Amino acid sequence: MDNAVAQQDVNAEVARSLAAIAFIASDNAMTQEPVAREPKRQDPLTPPELVALVHEIAERRCKESFQELFGFFAPRVKAYLMRLGSDMHQAEELVQEAMIMVWRKAASFDPAQAAVSTWVFTIARNKRIDAIRREKRPEIDLEDPALVPQPEALADGIVEQQQHARRLKDAISRLSAEQAELIKMAYFADKAHGAIAEETGLPLGTVKSRLRLALGHLRKELKEESL
Amino acid sequence: MTSASPHGHGGAMRSLPANHVTDELLAAYAAGTLSEAESLIVATHSAFCPICRDAIAAFEAVGASLLDEIEPEALSAGSLESVMAKLDDLEDLPDNVVRHPSAKTAAAGSDQGFVLPEPLRSYVGGDLNDVVWRPVIRGLEEAELSVSGPEFNVRLIRVAAGAAMPQHSHHGSEYTLLLTGAYRDSSGRYARGDFQMADGDVDHQPTAEPGEPCVCLIVTDAPIKLTGPVGRLLNPFIRY
Ligand SMILES: [Zn+2]
Repeated sequence: MDNAVAQQDVNAEVARSLAAIAFIASDNAMTQEPVAREPKRQDPLTPPELVALVHEIAERRCKESFQELFGFFAPRVKAYLMRLGSDMHQAEELVQEAMIMVWRKAASFDPAQAAVSTWVFTIARNKRIDAIRREKRPEIDLEDPALVPQPEALADGIVEQQQHARRLKDAISRLSAEQAELIKMAYFADKAHGAIAEETGLPLGTVKSRLRLALGHLRKELKEESL
Repeated sequence: MTSASPHGHGGAMRSLPANHVTDELLAAYAAGTLSEAESLIVATHSAFCPICRDAIAAFEAVGASLLDEIEPEALSAGSLESVMAKLDDLEDLPDNVVRHPSAKTAAAGSDQGFVLPEPLRSYVGGDLNDVVWRPVIRGLEEAELSVSGPEFNVRLIRVAAGAAMPQHSHHGSEYTLLLTGAYRDSSGRYARGDFQMADGDVDHQPTAEPGEPCVCLIVTDAPIKLTGPVGRLLNPFIRY
């Protein structure tokens, strides 16, 4: 019940932000003056707002929407790349490439598959592997006829995908400080568990079991709440 | 991580695997920190397994949440402008918008019938029929796959129906993905799509079930040690 209400809320939110953006866009189209541009917003963008921005880029090649996405993601992606060992220069270059990819692939973004932030994360992650590791990147091919398809019951909808972000944030905030730190290292340090063990002074077995516990917890959280 | 279901044969081709990749590996795949060899076996299991695909998506969302909370790093002056200028160039290119990047679907109507899913098929350079096997010992053949990074050995093995692998334990980790047939060891039964991870604690002797040969993708990060009576003799000759 609560869930259904929450979903309607998000639907309404999506519709509202789409409408708002369409309004701003038509406004700009009429004036055409750079002065008339909306002041940069300070508050973080919500998942439905992000979807609306990507939609605008895909449908209308809207540069204002791209600027807004850039303002939101580029500094975060840069920080992420630097955490993973890129220097300023390389991080900057990769951010630019990743954001250009966002522009080019906007039409293939599917809000039923992932939240925008997840999609951007995977683009940045892949850029980094391609540029730094120079390894091939074996990927699941969803179009492969040999792929075993998803049973219908498991499929998630747009709204669920867009709600994951908030739930995850809550779930992560409920992890113990130590578990949260281990998860961050696993994502942002490109370190094997052995190296994490060395750095934290914990035995390897402990690192593995705590990480497993934390990951299992997050995964379960998403699973349960999307039912 | 339950052991396999009691004989669910019949049209079992499309049933879901019972033995999955661990959360640590799935999360590392999602974080982009796995090696190419490990990514290959994780992604190939996931082609068989919507459950693990789901988990990868969840762990990618975890990465996105962390990205959300990271302390942002200001871009250098002119960064946005330089990107915006490039967008204009892109728009002038005829083929810029990748509307359907996945349009390379089922080539030439040969849908179904593939034994090996992607990404493994690309690494083999074809389907199972195209593999060139090299005999190792009676009942066991292998074909090495070329994957970058010296620290992993990646290969396909084919165990004759009913044959037993040499009893062995492991110096490092051994990941096995079962592609055709089935095998049993002390921990249970493994069939198409199942993933098994073994390390130094596991001393096992997988035995192929009668019926059809058992083909597996194996990724090891250190030589296995043969522990059975014959195995100890073979150890110097088998380069695992
Ligand atoms: Zn699985």
